[in-house]
Amino acid sequence: MSDQQHCKDYLTQISDFIDGDLHPQLCAQLEEHLQNCENCTIVVNTMKRTIELYRVSTEPQEIPQDVRARLFKCLYLDDFRK
Amino acid sequence: MIEDNNLYSPEFINRLKSGNREAFTQLVEETSSKIYNLALRMLEKEQDAEDVLQETYIKALRNISSFEGRSSVLTWLYRIATNEALMIMRKHKTSGTVVDIDQDDDEDGEGLQIVDWCCLPESEMMSKETQIKLQEAANLLSPLLKAVFLLRDVERLSGQETALILGINEDAVKTRLVRARLKLRERLTGYFSERIKMEVANE
Repeated sequence: MSDQQHCKDYLTQISDFIDGDLHPQLCAQLEEHLQNCENCTIVVNTMKRTIELYRVSTEPQEIPQDVRARLFKCLYLDDFRK
Repeated sequence: MIEDNNLYSPEFINRLKSGNREAFTQLVEETSSKIYNLALRMLEKEQDAEDVLQETYIKALRNISSFEGRSSVLTWLYRIATNEALMIMRKHKTSGTVVDIDQDDDEDGEGLQIVDWCCLPESEMMSKETQIKLQEAANLLSPLLKAVFLLRDVERLSGQETALILGINEDAVKTRLVRARLKLRERLTGYFSERIKMEVANE
């Protein structure tokens, strides 16, 4: 990085930027920085991709039938299930 | 009169609070899948996830009359489940099975690796091995960092809801989310850098 400390200061902002939560003024500053800083652009892209890949790797699972059955049993709700 | 069975309606909450078993059954039917998946992601082991699932609804049933409605009922369940899961995770970690202790405020000196691996083929990024690496990386996070990451980035809850669930303020959620994301990105970057080096060497 050309100015590592300078770029490190952007890390929290990069995280907010990814979430679309960054204050418009800071967002404009960061976008300007990104145009000139390849390293920070790589951090933005790889951070986004990391989150996406994690989501894909952890698709929700159905609760196994026996787990569900034991849950309702321990709550004494067997009779109320549809 | 038609009953409003929406989980978030005041009528439904009143029925829950008055001890209505049909309403509680509906609550379990409609939310248990989310609670089970959160527990499974936090703890990995199915048996631990089932323990958290049962304990969450046992506690919810016991305390539903004192539910104040400051959050949605789902957020309230997430809070109970997350606390249960954190307790189990911390117990496992102190028993020496995992290296990382519950040190959330570590400013670890990890540098930032700058490797643009977004250019890798989709098949490489989506491979089973990559998924395992990511799971391993997430399991190395401290319990609190992992909880913040899962609640914000996987369950897609807001910073405010996550703060409420974890009993910390929104700024603390934000700083922990950055740390968790950076740690995961760093470990994945390390892994993909090796893959890229290997590919170059094989060419």
